[in-house]
Formats: sequence, structure tokens, C-alpha cells
Amino acid sequence: MERDSAIGVEVSLPVSQRAKEIKRNGKLVETIFRTSLGFWAIFLGIIFPVAAFFILAKESWLSIKRFGFGFITGTVWDPVALIFGGLPAIYGTLLITFLAVLIATPISIGISIFITELAPKWFKPIVTGAVELLAAIPSIIYGMWGFFVFVPFVAKYVEPFLIGNFSHLPIIGFVFNGIPSGIDAFTTSIVLSVMIIPFMASVAKDSFNMVPPIVKESAYGLGATKWEVMRRVVIPYTASGIAGGLILAIGRAMGETMAVTFLAGNNPQIPKSLFEPLTTITVALANQFTEADTDLYLSSLYYLAIILFVISFFVLVIAKLMVLRLEKRWKVKQI
Amino acid sequence: MEGKADMRRNVIIKRKIISRIFLTISTLAAIYGIFWLFWILSDLFINGFRYIHPSLLTEDMNPAGVEGGGLRAAFVGHLIITFIATIMGVTVGIFAGIFFAEYGRDSRFVQALRNVTDIMVSTPSIVMGALVYAILVKPVGHFISLGGSIALALIMMPVIAITTDEMLKLVPGMMREAAYALGAYRWQIITKVTLRAAKVGILTGVILGIARITGETAPLLFTSFNNNFFETNILKPMASLTVTVFQYTSGPYDYWHEQAWAASLILTMGVLLLSIIAKIIISGVSFTAPFAPILRSLSFIRKFRREE
Amino acid sequence: MVNVVKEALKEKTEIAPKSVSKEKIRVNNLNFYFANKKVHALRNINASIYENRVSAIIGPSGCGKTTLLRCFNRMHDLYPGNKYEGEIILDNMDILSNNVDPIELRSRIGMVFQKPTPFPMSIFDNVAFGLKLMGVNNKTELKDRIERALKNSALWEEVQDRLNGSAFSLSGGQQQRLCIARAIAVEPEVLLFDEPTSALDPISTSKVEELIVELKSKVTVVIVTHNMQQAGRIADFTAFMYLGEIIEFDKTEKLFTNPSHALTEQYITGRFG
Repeated sequence: MERDSAIGVEVSLPVSQRAKEIKRNGKLVETIFRTSLGFWAIFLGIIFPVAAFFILAKESWLSIKRFGFGFITGTVWDPVALIFGGLPAIYGTLLITFLAVLIATPISIGISIFITELAPKWFKPIVTGAVELLAAIPSIIYGMWGFFVFVPFVAKYVEPFLIGNFSHLPIIGFVFNGIPSGIDAFTTSIVLSVMIIPFMASVAKDSFNMVPPIVKESAYGLGATKWEVMRRVVIPYTASGIAGGLILAIGRAMGETMAVTFLAGNNPQIPKSLFEPLTTITVALANQFTEADTDLYLSSLYYLAIILFVISFFVLVIAKLMVLRLEKRWKVKQI
Repeated sequence: MEGKADMRRNVIIKRKIISRIFLTISTLAAIYGIFWLFWILSDLFINGFRYIHPSLLTEDMNPAGVEGGGLRAAFVGHLIITFIATIMGVTVGIFAGIFFAEYGRDSRFVQALRNVTDIMVSTPSIVMGALVYAILVKPVGHFISLGGSIALALIMMPVIAITTDEMLKLVPGMMREAAYALGAYRWQIITKVTLRAAKVGILTGVILGIARITGETAPLLFTSFNNNFFETNILKPMASLTVTVFQYTSGPYDYWHEQAWAASLILTMGVLLLSIIAKIIISGVSFTAPFAPILRSLSFIRKFRREE
Repeated sequence: MVNVVKEALKEKTEIAPKSVSKEKIRVNNLNFYFANKKVHALRNINASIYENRVSAIIGPSGCGKTTLLRCFNRMHDLYPGNKYEGEIILDNMDILSNNVDPIELRSRIGMVFQKPTPFPMSIFDNVAFGLKLMGVNNKTELKDRIERALKNSALWEEVQDRLNGSAFSLSGGQQQRLCIARAIAVEPEVLLFDEPTSALDPISTSKVEELIVELKSKVTVVIVTHNMQQAGRIADFTAFMYLGEIIEFDKTEKLFTNPSHALTEQYITGRFG
């Protein structure tokens, strides 16, 4: 066994020469390993999103130069006359997203309350599983089923009823105008809301489960009813988590393509009621991309795409920040 | 005196009723969710089964308007495109995920990378298609199924990176420290200990990632596009189940619609099967717990018969 | 309380041997900081750890005993923001110097943790882990050393016919003994134990304590424990720490029966915990 007696100098270990080699190689492998893994992490975290933005910007540059920011407010989308305005598509995206989230939010919270507080133990996994299965169904299936089954159903039974009874109301009546074709914001929003319920419900459920039982117990101890505990303690407690889930759902809904393509129609105009066909950014892209026969046409579609990319990116950033805030409060970082 | 007690009791009764009402509404919400699932799945099963036919898998598409034919090209194309996408998506995803979990936990920069990756998970998938169109399809001059794979892979990578990161974070820190205490390098600990401990979870993430991209349509619309003929060359456009369902549903022919139902059923069953397998793997026995009484009674019957 | 410890001392058959033992580790003016010098966790630690003896570190929660233990194998290097000042001399080498590779250091100084931490592999592979890292690949040599390690950790008889079984199939006490076997398979010079029996039942605890006493003929042991009786049972030397300082360090018998420091006496008589 060799020992070096000077303090501070590396001592040879009482092991073989082979072990020394292994240690040296180990260090080299460590560096290679770390660098190659790190490259992919940087690829996904920086290179990918930045490159995506620049590629989209390059493709849309022609249209940006031509229309500038007026594109966002332009209402005319005329591929023949080569005038492109993105407002109908942008408006459509925002409209159905807003309506879908409006419908989905109370339902998702209700489902989460049911799962966490009301469901008998044996039933819990069934409901949770059912909600997860809803998320697993491909969006083209929602679109196809919606087109073949839901649209005719709504057109025959629901819309005539609504149009007949509400369109003559003062002030808000115009919302219910239109032909009961089933291809409109009404149908689209309902189906879209079903698609985003799983996301919101699972975020809400996880947030509810993070509430320490002691907090709920102190509320019960003061004589609160179950609903009061949920409404006045649990939901405020988890507000940022739920808000984060809500905003995440917004991000998802905006990017939804296939279901919306079948149910919204292809009308390049701003709809004046719930029962008129409309268009969204994703619908415009899906339907017109392969038909764009001029550079300006394609470039305008890319302009829509980059607008969608940027909006959804920002929405998702906000969602992430809200969820991180909740996690920082209640989760301890595990090593 | 009595009036006060009565008032208090009334208030409590009112609050209880309100609670009952809202909780009933919550239960109705759950029923609402399950109702939609049943509606969609039952229609899918009924119509899909009605139109399912072995020729769907063995024959290729007929010219438009001519009845009959199958979707062999679409099935095979879908498998090829998804397979190639998976290879790319899983490798990059797992590599990045390992880095996030094992090398980046103390670095704000790496955590920021991880958060951006998490955001990319929810980016609109049609934008990925437009992206690949610009970098591959336009330069090449024609639709190319490899582009479809790349678009799908770009969707898959962030998903797998995040699930890998989450699964690795579940491995207890003390296990890593014990390996360090024996004098191991970080790469040795990752490959020999941490990955082994997390391998079930990571596999589940991969299966769920595959399930997700199998159901995607938008990224393929202008990359791999479509092909009426059987094609296995990844440098050419290729048919895929999802795009075919899109095409057939929007088309005018009844037999197209029927085939779309059948294809949708097969597609959905495949995706649901993958999701269920992933759930069973990750939760072991507990997932089948609701069925435990049934299983137990079956084995009881078996035992009874043997004793005869 | 003191009486209980005195009883424990009487039962100890192996009190510090009359032969003088040499210094294995010498700690000189060690100061340690967490979080970029914001938390001063160890203050001016001076101590000697003697070769082939069991040295225990006791003290109330948060006094720094585990922090000190983890300096010996530079576990703190794994987390950013930690800073050492001073020297820890192992034989003739300052292990805190930048010239020393912590990874090499950890094959000379091993550690057993509070909770059993078996790796997700077979019993055989668990014990072989450290050996393979060192480059031992010869199958016969591996088998021999593993058998020796398992025998020395009193686990061999219980697992000899299921070496290929998963380590998770063992009970908690057996898993901890497996971790001990794993640590001693690489034949370290020093073994650090961080409250090794706090997660074990009394029977497994006494088995592990017997083990530690036997092991000291081959290695130097430093054990952190919050259980004073345990220190009384197995340790030759005991250090009492409080608020990041070593208040007293002496032969166990002397520390418990006639402590020099008032604080020590207050702790061992249970005035504070």
C-alpha cells in the first residue's frame, strides 16, 4: 500500500492500477454523459421554441410586411383578391375558447368535488378513469362523432328550440339568431368543453388533494357544512392551482384543430350569433394550407400560425407561473 | 329565548339544504362527464362494429366513388410514421428528462429549460405541422412522410422529457446518496441505480406518449399528407389512419363514412388500450381493484368445480 | 436517566482496550457553512477519531452531528452552497483539500444511512456494486468478497441460497444489514453510521449493534445516534455536540459518569433534549 506523507497531495489508493484507470475513465465518461444529455435539454428548452418562432416569422414575413399589424384587425379574407385579414379567425378562436372554458369550469370543479369528497371509495377510480378516458380519445374522433351524431342531433332538437324561444328577446336575442344547422359556435363550444374538462378536472382534483386534512377539519369543527368547507376554505386555498389549470385549458382549447374543423364550419367572417358558422385559426390552417396557391396566401396562413403560437405560449407561461406559485407554497422540493 | 333557538335551527337547516343542492349539482356534473363518455364510445362501438370488415385491413383504397376497398395503406402507413416518430421522440425525450432530473435540480437555468419544455407540451400541434412543412416539405418539393414523423416526434419529445423527469424525481434521494457513498460517479448512479428504480414509470410515460401521437391528425395534414396507394417509402407521402378518417368524413360518399367509423373504432381502441396498459403498469394491482370481487368469485367457482 | 446509561456501561464487556490506539482522523478547526455562508452549522470543531474504535456523536436535534458526519466523506459536495473551512486529516492527508477526489475518498470512507437503501437489483448485485466500481470483475473474487461481507454483517446464513433474489424481498432489519454488507465489501478504512437503527425494531437494532462492535476490529467506526443508551452500549469514545460545537469528547464511560462540562451533564440527565 503506497501512501504519500505530504499533506494536501493526492494519495494513491491501496488498490490496483486497474482501479486508477477506471477512475480516470469514469471522469471522462461523466463529462461526455453530462454534455450529451445537456445538449438535448437545451434543445428542447431553448433551441426548439426559438427556432420555431423564427421559422414561423420567416414564413409569415411576406404577409407581415404587406399588412403589418392591420392584419390583426382586418376583417376581409379574400384569397382571390389577395387581401388577408386575420380578425375573423382570431375572433373565432377566442370566442369558442371563451365559451368552452365558461362551460367547462363549473363542471370540472363539480366533478373534482365529487371525486374528492362525495364518491364512495369503490366508485372513485371509475369516475377518475372515465374522465381520463375522455382525455385519451383522439380529437379527430370528437370531430367525426360530432359531425355525424352531435351536429344532426343539435340541429334537430336543440337549436330550433333555442332559436324559437330566445331569438326574439330584447337586447340578447340576437345571440340566438340563425339557422339551426348545427355547424356553429354553439356546437363547437360544447364539444370543445367536453374535451378540456379532463385537464381542468385533474388539475382541480390534485389541488384539492393537496389541502392538509387539518385545515378542512378546523372548518368542520366550526360547524361548516360540506359545501361551505369546499366553497369557503378549499377552493380559495387552491385558487391559484385551479386558475393555473383553467389557463392551461385555455391554451389547449386554442390549439385544438380537428374537432373544431368539423363543427365550426369554414366561414371567413365574424359570426353575429351563436348559430352561425365561423372560422378559427386552426380551422383556417387545416382547410386552406394545402390549397394556398400564392406565396402571399401561404404567408398569411403562417401569419395566423405565428399569432396562435405566440398567444398560446404566453397563456401557457401564465398558467405555469400560477401553478408554480401554488407548488412553492405547499410542496417541499424532494431531492 | 325560544325564538332565537328556532331561528338558529332554521338557518342551519337552510345551510344544510344549500349544501345538499350544490353537492347534488357536483354529482350531476360527474354524471354529465360519464354520460358524454358513454355516448361517444357507444356510438363508436355500434357504428364501428357494423362497418368493420377484414377487407379493411387487407385491401387498398378504391378510386373515389367506387364502393369497397380497404385501408391497408392507412394502417401500415400509420404504423410506420408512428414508429419512426417514437424512436426519435423517446430518445431525445428521455435524454432531456434525465438531464432535468439528475443534473439540473439545483440550477435555476435548467429549471427554466424544464418549464419551457413543459409549455411546449401544450403547444398547438398544427403549428408543428406548419413548422415541418417550412423546413422539410417546401425544400424537398413534395409531401414526405418522414416529415410527419418529425412533426409527431416534436410533439412527443417534450411529453416524454417531462414524464421522465417526474418519474426520476420520485426515486428517493437516500438511494442516490448510498450509491455516492460507495464512490460512484453520477453517470454510474444514473445508469445503474436511478434509471433502474424509475424504469417502470418511464416506460409508462413512453406508452402514454405513443398513445398521444397515435391519435394526432393535424401535424400530418401537410407533411405526410395522404396517399391512395400502398407506400412504405418514408420519403414519399403516406396515408395515415387519422388523415384518412378526416378525408373520408368530409367526403360525400356513404361508404367512405362507413369506413371512417370502422377505422375510428380501431384507432380509438388502440389508443385506449395503450392508455389502459400504462395505467395498469403504473398502479399494479390497485387499478383492477373494482373488479376484484368478480375475479375472486370466478376463482371460487373454479375451486368448487375442481373439488367435484 | 444517567443510571440507565450506567447500567448499559456495566453490560459492555468490551471497554476501550488498554492498548493505545493511534489517531485515524484528526479534525482541526473545522467550520462548515450551508447556503453560501448564511448558516454557520459547525463551529471550530476539533476532535480525534481513533483507529479501530467506535466513536459516537450524540446531542439534541439540530446540533450538527449528522452535518459533521457528512463532512468525513464529503457528502456535502453534492449540494451547492456548502463551504468547508479547516482541515480533516485522514492518516496524513487533508481530505478537504481540492486535490482530493471525493469519489476516491468514498472508497476509503463508507457510509450507512438512517433508512435502509437497497438498490433495485439482486442481493448479490447490491453487495457487488461498490466492488464493480473499483474494477473487481473476476467472478471468483467477487463471490468470495461478497460472501465475506455478508458473513461479516451477519446476513450470510439468511440469504446464502437466494443471492439472486431482489433486495426488496428482505425485511427492514435485513435490508439495513445488506447496506452494511454493501459498504464493507469495498473494505473501507472508516465506516460512518448515520442513526443506522432509528428505523429498525429492537431485535434488528441489537443485531446491528453487535455487528458494529465486531466490525471495529477491522474498521474505524463513527456513529451518530440520538439514543444515548446506544452510545453507552457500543461506543468507546463519545462526543457531545450542541449548537454546532463539540462541547465534550472523551471516553464513553467518563463522559456519562463524570462529565466535565455542565451542559453535558444537563443533556445526559435529561434536562433538555
